[in-house]
Amino acid sequence: MLSTGFIFGLTGALQYVLPGFLKQVFSFERTRPLHVSSIVFWILLCSMGAVFVYLQQHTGKKIFSSRLLQIQLGLFVIDIILILISYCFGVFGGREYWEFNPLLAIPVIAGWILFGYNFIRSVGNIKNQPVYVWMWITGIVFFLFTFLESYLWIFPYFSRHLVNDMTVQWKSYGSMVGAWNMLIYGSSIYLMEKISGNKQYARSKIAFILYATGLFNLMFNWGHHIYTLPTHHYIQYISYAVSMTELFILGRIIFQWKSTLKAAQKYRHHMAYRFLWYADIWIFLNLVLAILMSVPAVNVYTHGTHITVAHAMGTTIGINSFLLLGIACDILEDTSVSARLNTRLLKKGQQLTNVSLFVFWIALIGAGIVKSKWQMSPIKPAYFELMLQLRPYFMTFFFAGIGITTGFMIIIIPLIRHHFRCKNLRKEENDKINQQQATAA
Amino acid sequence: MNALEGKQVWQKYNCNACHQLYGQGGYLGPDLTNIYSKRDTSYINAFISTGTTVMPDFHLTEKEKQYLLTFFKNIDASGNADPGSFTINRDGSIEQ
Repeated sequence: MLSTGFIFGLTGALQYVLPGFLKQVFSFERTRPLHVSSIVFWILLCSMGAVFVYLQQHTGKKIFSSRLLQIQLGLFVIDIILILISYCFGVFGGREYWEFNPLLAIPVIAGWILFGYNFIRSVGNIKNQPVYVWMWITGIVFFLFTFLESYLWIFPYFSRHLVNDMTVQWKSYGSMVGAWNMLIYGSSIYLMEKISGNKQYARSKIAFILYATGLFNLMFNWGHHIYTLPTHHYIQYISYAVSMTELFILGRIIFQWKSTLKAAQKYRHHMAYRFLWYADIWIFLNLVLAILMSVPAVNVYTHGTHITVAHAMGTTIGINSFLLLGIACDILEDTSVSARLNTRLLKKGQQLTNVSLFVFWIALIGAGIVKSKWQMSPIKPAYFELMLQLRPYFMTFFFAGIGITTGFMIIIIPLIRHHFRCKNLRKEENDKINQQQATAA
Repeated sequence: MNALEGKQVWQKYNCNACHQLYGQGGYLGPDLTNIYSKRDTSYINAFISTGTTVMPDFHLTEKEKQYLLTFFKNIDASGNADPGSFTINRDGSIEQ
């Protein structure tokens, strides 16, 4: 899914650089949802996988039903294929951000309910569970809730009033991102616990305070998406006030910077930790940007510009994808066989991805500043003139996009190869044992 | 004719992938929230009938074009999406 997302992302970026590229056969209204849905499904599938693997390690038992898991995976895989095909044929949901035909949302809902049921039955008793289990539960419940909410538009009662409809839409999407973040951050806390061997943090007061802050923001900090809509003023004030609680998280990151650096030094050879460390840097950068964008007086300049794209890309690539790849490294690094990951290659991939992502991020912020100046000016030149002015930024983010894609491929391909090598080695070892047993008998 | 039908046309062709409403959407094309009061209907009609260098011709039917125009009229009447005209208060909040 990640590779598909990159292919369509690069095609979309090329359509910015070369206006009219593939206009009649595969225009931007197709490439954009293909890119967005591929990336969102990469995040969702990986998050679900990580939750199930780590849940088994946490409880020391197998999950409640592997049959349900197979059905869930089957539903998602078939649905994803249908969704991607539907875009190619020009069948859309037509909503901003993550969209597909409402009929294709039914398997996602069904698959998610199976995921939730299987998870709850596998956890058993929820009393005295560490913070990551609570984060997983929160992510599962809120994703389902917000996903259903994002389809309220199919009822004329909700879609009749355009501004109300957009408010509900962005309330659901804003919280939905928070919901899948709960799944990913929960898994990364578990991973950190595993690497450090310190089981205290996930049961500490500070972990639960940070979780509560995250949950509070998930529920009420979606308003910055719609500050510029003619809605009730209290939405703006609540969101503005709630978003400022993120300063607490930011303050903690700065306060703990020294100990984070120490840990980075200690675990620098650990591939999974290196991903967590890079994600930490991106969390810091994007949190600063998010807090600034949550101030309505700043948001008025950034809203509707590429700065919001910089934030979205910074979080999905720099935070979500890095954390998920860190988790993948941990899960795939099978210690029961002699094969080892090619860490030299993975490190090169990490470096290339990070440098390219930084250039990409800065180019988007630069484009956003130019667009902001344009949209705040009383006399606006024609839109195509603005697009011409933005061309150097588009070219930069296109080439940086190639760098990010190459970097990720340098990471993903060895990971997949390693997974199959381990599988073969395990099989060979099992065959050898069986043969020895047969000879002995 | 109500705006709901126009909105369905807007969604059917995934216009939001390239255009914005109240700053929400793709940035390949301009924000169209207040296009109805800024340009006359024949100008809008010309664009949605033939496309542009970047925008394909979607071959909209006459009915779909009418629905879309009604949608633009309604969204335009719902408010102002020009951030340059907003008032910034001293407490950091904004007003349209």
